[in-house]
Amino acid sequence: MSLETHIARKNLAIHPKERRIILKHADRPDYDASIDCYLRNGGYDQQKKAFSMKPEEICQEVLDAGVRGRGGAGFPAGMKWKFLDRKSGKPIYLICNADESEPGTFKDRQIIHKDPHQLIEGMMISAFAIQAAQAFIYIREEMPYGAKILEEAIEEARAKNLLGDNILGSGYSCDLVVHRGAAAYICGEETGLIESLEGKRAYPRIKPPYFPAALGLYMCPTIVNNVETLCNVKHIIEMGGHAYAEIGKPGNTGTRIWSLSGHVRKPGYYELENGVHTYGDLINEFGGGLRDGRQLQAVIPGGSSAKVWRAGERFKGKLRSGEEFDWAIEDVPLDFDGPMAAGSMSGSGAVVVIDDSVDIVEVLANINAFYAHESCGQCTPCREGSLWMKKITTRMANGGAREEDTALLASIGDQIAGRTICAHGEACAWPTQSFVAKFQDKFLDKAKQDPEQLSKRDFRMV
Amino acid sequence: MATLHIDGKTYEADPSKNLLEAALSAGLDLPYFCWHPALGSVGACRQCAVRQYRDENDKNGQIVMACMVPVTDGARISIADPEATEFRSSVVEWLMTNHPHDCPVCDEGGECHLQDMTVMTGHCSRSFRFKKRTFENQYLGPFLNHEMNRCIQCYRCVRFYNDYAGGHDLGAFASHNHVYFGRHEEGVLESEFSGNLAEVCPTGVFTDKTLKGHYSRKWDMQSAPSICNHCSVGCNTIASSRYGAVRRILNRYHHDINGYFLCDRGRYGYEHGNHPDRPSRPRLRSTKQSGLEPETTEVLAAIGSFLNEARGIAAIGSPRASLESNYALQALAGREAFSIGIAEASSAVLDALVAALREAPGGPASVRDIEHSDAVFVLGEDPSNTAPRIALALRQSVRQVSIKHAAAHRIPRWHDRAVRDLAQGRKGPLHSAWPAQTRLDEISKSAFCESPNAIAKLGFAVAQCIGEDSSSSSSADSPLQKQAKAIAADLLEAEQPLVVTGTALESEAIIDAARAVVSALAKAGKSTVRLAGIAAEANSIGAHLLQGQALESIVAKVMNGECDTLIVAENDLYRRLPHATVDALLDKLSKLIVIDCIPSSLTRHADAFLPAATIAESDGSLINCEGRGQRFFQALSPKENLHATWDWVGRIQVECQRSDTNPWPDLDTILAKMAADCPELAGIREAAPGAGFRIHNQKIPRSPRRFSGRTSILAHESVHEPKPPEDKDAAMSFSMEGSALQPPAALVSHYWSPGWNSAQALNKFQEEVGGPNRGGPPGLRLFPGGQNGRPHGSPSTESAATPDQLLAIPLYQVFGSDELSNHSAAVRERSEPLAFSLSAKTADRLGLADGDSLSLRIGEQKLTATVRLDPVMSENLIGIPVGLSDTPVTYLPLPAQANVCE
Ligand SMILES: Cc1cc2nc3c(=O)[nH]c(=O)nc-3n(C[C@H](O)[C@H](O)[C@H](O)COP(=O)(O)O)c2cc1C
Ligand code: SF4
Ligand code: SF4
Ligand code: SF4
Ligand code: FES
Repeated sequence: MSLETHIARKNLAIHPKERRIILKHADRPDYDASIDCYLRNGGYDQQKKAFSMKPEEICQEVLDAGVRGRGGAGFPAGMKWKFLDRKSGKPIYLICNADESEPGTFKDRQIIHKDPHQLIEGMMISAFAIQAAQAFIYIREEMPYGAKILEEAIEEARAKNLLGDNILGSGYSCDLVVHRGAAAYICGEETGLIESLEGKRAYPRIKPPYFPAALGLYMCPTIVNNVETLCNVKHIIEMGGHAYAEIGKPGNTGTRIWSLSGHVRKPGYYELENGVHTYGDLINEFGGGLRDGRQLQAVIPGGSSAKVWRAGERFKGKLRSGEEFDWAIEDVPLDFDGPMAAGSMSGSGAVVVIDDSVDIVEVLANINAFYAHESCGQCTPCREGSLWMKKITTRMANGGAREEDTALLASIGDQIAGRTICAHGEACAWPTQSFVAKFQDKFLDKAKQDPEQLSKRDFRMV
Repeated sequence: MATLHIDGKTYEADPSKNLLEAALSAGLDLPYFCWHPALGSVGACRQCAVRQYRDENDKNGQIVMACMVPVTDGARISIADPEATEFRSSVVEWLMTNHPHDCPVCDEGGECHLQDMTVMTGHCSRSFRFKKRTFENQYLGPFLNHEMNRCIQCYRCVRFYNDYAGGHDLGAFASHNHVYFGRHEEGVLESEFSGNLAEVCPTGVFTDKTLKGHYSRKWDMQSAPSICNHCSVGCNTIASSRYGAVRRILNRYHHDINGYFLCDRGRYGYEHGNHPDRPSRPRLRSTKQSGLEPETTEVLAAIGSFLNEARGIAAIGSPRASLESNYALQALAGREAFSIGIAEASSAVLDALVAALREAPGGPASVRDIEHSDAVFVLGEDPSNTAPRIALALRQSVRQVSIKHAAAHRIPRWHDRAVRDLAQGRKGPLHSAWPAQTRLDEISKSAFCESPNAIAKLGFAVAQCIGEDSSSSSSADSPLQKQAKAIAADLLEAEQPLVVTGTALESEAIIDAARAVVSALAKAGKSTVRLAGIAAEANSIGAHLLQGQALESIVAKVMNGECDTLIVAENDLYRRLPHATVDALLDKLSKLIVIDCIPSSLTRHADAFLPAATIAESDGSLINCEGRGQRFFQALSPKENLHATWDWVGRIQVECQRSDTNPWPDLDTILAKMAADCPELAGIREAAPGAGFRIHNQKIPRSPRRFSGRTSILAHESVHEPKPPEDKDAAMSFSMEGSALQPPAALVSHYWSPGWNSAQALNKFQEEVGGPNRGGPPGLRLFPGGQNGRPHGSPSTESAATPDQLLAIPLYQVFGSDELSNHSAAVRERSEPLAFSLSAKTADRLGLADGDSLSLRIGEQKLTATVRLDPVMSENLIGIPVGLSDTPVTYLPLPAQANVCE
């Protein structure tokens, strides 16, 4: 089959309220992944501009822009770059995390498939800024076509001396290679990724003592950034850091590509200005609302590992600005800090909407099956606890719920979170902790339902 | 020292340790799995959680993994904290979700770290109600069982096997809750250290397969401190017995020698004592025809009359026999008519080695010193095959550089994952010089694969470079000089350089060269330089100190009629002299008396034979290659008719009326006599407490307190419980009765402490975790070092072999070259058939390919075997494995010229 047929389909109906910066061209019918098309649309101009700047100036722009990591943790990219150990004399590495595997997330893949040169440009600017000796794109094994597209694009860029030796005559050299992942979610955790890139099992490293910015790939200073984060760098150069920071809200600058899935009429990806919209807008306005006759049951605001929200719950508290808030789900600002204030996180920007047509226990069972399968197996709480939680929720979903299950689930989750080597511990514990806490009645009800009836239902694990 | 507050109490703690080590060293019970005192921390199991507080005002604190947090002055932690306690119990509960609940049929049961930790955390009721995960087990060879269902994924096995011991064929496979530890496919585990997995694995995944063949629970075994007698390292072991036979060997911690690990030859060689053909009754040639088995008294009487009627008596002992046994023979035959049973050439090389050890600055290096060396030059030895535990230590020596590197990044050495990550495979310099490929080549910076003479030359060249401080290379240098300069530079740069040498190539020049390197380094200001020596057998050094005659002179005495009666103990002369020589000797003899614990070619010719007790069945002393005198004790009182050689010789003394009573009725007496006759060996008495030692007037029990079924052992014969045998030789009892207090290290026969039933109870027998044995490591070092006794040697001027001649050199096999362990079925299974090693070039010249058959004539003897190509061997050398049991030729005076037979 030709590559064409596997390329992510174009979205021809772009919502007028979207603010497309990263995806500005991606869905244009006349736009393709070739370098010619990219150049025609002003491609690589920013790289040229950046190469005329001092690396420190670029870093400062990125810091000024306040752009936060789009991979999950939301850490400001400029700050991360600042932590880079430049005194060691060792080569510096830049890694693009294109492992996109948090369930519900499908944004990086749009960029990779439809506008690969944007990522390459963003990466080469970033590489130059941090003076990287070598750059890598670590791409998810399950995205073979994405990898091919990137490889072709890299060759095109190489032919134009946009990467490789003495880039654009600047005297700066940096090669970029695509590395296919090892088909495991844990390969997206940055130190697991680094281990995998080194050719080992993706066992996340214990932090401390080593943080990648000081001792990363091959124990050299390393920056790992998400695809979307790195693309933003190009636009920061174009606009200037301060101008970029004008987009969105303080501390939540720029736009963000949200992957909306679940029970909405128009699931898809939406690039929106941070802090301007709410989760309600995303679900109802952009996503077209729920299907007829359906009620909202729950929202997972930032990828399947984020803590769930139950329809109707209210979030109260004080913002950093001192302002008090009292939100329903629909009121939570669509940015980094909003969901955090509401006890969850924006994570990878994947919003999963769940209506009342599904059994919430089945939802958790499905999520648990994923995390139990994806534990790397290094530390006990995650390896054993995630599987146990999965077994319980699977049995519950299949009609074998027991009265003690709810409390047991909660206690297992409580014992995992915060006590593992990497954040996969939280990723597997948070869903269980939050589902069980927020839908305790439904979990308890399960034990009262007629098992005979339940077992007839068609429920299968992913 | 730092002050540490644990649950309101104050302790002194070593700031170079982590909180887990500190807590354990303080005698507190804190459960753990993935941490191992020799392997360090990786923070994987999360079992050692405690709560740590920032300061005295911090009321919340946070849960941390004790094994991942360094001790800092004033640190405050709580083990008893309810949340930490609950979490630790959860960890065990998680591990138990998949662990089978069938301890009664598990080989680990009763000495299982998982059982101990489960009880320690208090987890007791199970809420997991699903099927357990199951795996398929693998066949891993004759040493280990594999029961993967018992795995708790602590990763210790792969960390030991691959990271520590350099193995390649054990891995962690798959992920999440299906991580599998095994080989990529069924098959024999390659590493010669695989047996340690039985002790490293905290559960019953890897267990001792030879034990399974005659299984007994730990608590039902009677054990004693023993010494491994399968090479000259002298690793400390625990020999355990039941029903009158040895059941297994366990590591016995010796801080300066074997630490936590043994090699497989040492762990599994014990079964020579269980060999079905083991001669276990006294025999007389004269009654052989009649088929009657003579009484012991009859045989002894016959031996008495042989000796009384003899024209002259000679005695041959053995470097594999104890000091006491050798001494007893010497006392019987007199100094002039006693030999330790090795040929003159070997004796001269051994003499050179002993001189080198006496001279070694600071005394000969211990295994621990070897581990801590940061640049090593191995000169004419193949430790992986001749002294495996030293090879394991050398594998740690190349890691010193990464430990130091980590220290510079303020990463403590116990943080194993961080140290290894940081090292990125970096290794310190190990230079080796050995004619053929070795298993250490993969970690060596350089491997010099030439003839013994060339190796000696390299050694002297290194010494010269150090002396002249001319380590910068010049273009005029020969390849040998270049290599010598590189080696010299590494040794000079090291903080603790080490030279390892030995008798393997039967070359005095090599040993003299090693001495020259050491003294050049010392002169160049490297006062920390150490020398380690490797001898051929367990008691080579000890026997040598008795100053016997060379074997040839005993042969001469017989051949010239001076002696006509020969008594040989624990020595198969066919492995020491050419066959024709031994045949002629036997022809000439009027009477041959043999004492041994294994069947040998010699025993067939004996006029009288006495069965010797094995090391596990006897008491005595050995001197290892470090010059350390060590005592071993009976793990069982052997069947009647089996005695230590020295005991037999004492009885013979009575029979031939040299003495009214046994001149040495017990061990202490013979030790005293030996001390009087050989002042240099006087210190040996201090190697362990004597038989009169008591704790509160009580002996030390050989069996654990929980020993069960003493009355039932013999119930099928009699319901009366027999009185346990008396032990006149040792301060130990053959029962579980006796002092419950911890004995001195030399008398420790099992590791047990309340709550700690597994081997890891060892923590309680050390001054601090991983530190010296309580009361100091046992044994007594005889060579303080610095004694100058031998003139300095120089490279041999012997001309090199002409291009078309072959020089046959001895090669060694960890499984195969040791006579005793060859009689152990499991070790035998691992040994390889005889094959000649040669380079592809030499093979080419001879028109041979890998696997072809080749016949060689060496001196008078002809030998045929298949050809195996060695990728690094130099031209015109041919390696012949020595010591193998399945060959028609058991002795070759190598190195020697070899001629190809048509
Ligand atoms: C279990 C786990 C999986 C992760 N998977 C991804 C991923 O697929 N893609 C990604 O960009 N970041 C992933 N992350 C986050 C990365 O560790 C890292 O924080 C991120 O790549 C940094 O990039 P950013 O600062 O640009 O967000 C994952 C983290 C965890 C704990
Ligand atoms: S938390 Fe899970 S994924 Fe992370 S290191 Fe531990 S076992 Fe592996
Ligand atoms: S086999 Fe044993 S040592 Fe290896 S991981 Fe499993 S329990 Fe640990
Ligand atoms: S190294 Fe030598 S002494 Fe140690 S266990 Fe092995 S054979 Fe025995
Ligand atoms: S012993 Fe500390 S985590 Fe395993």
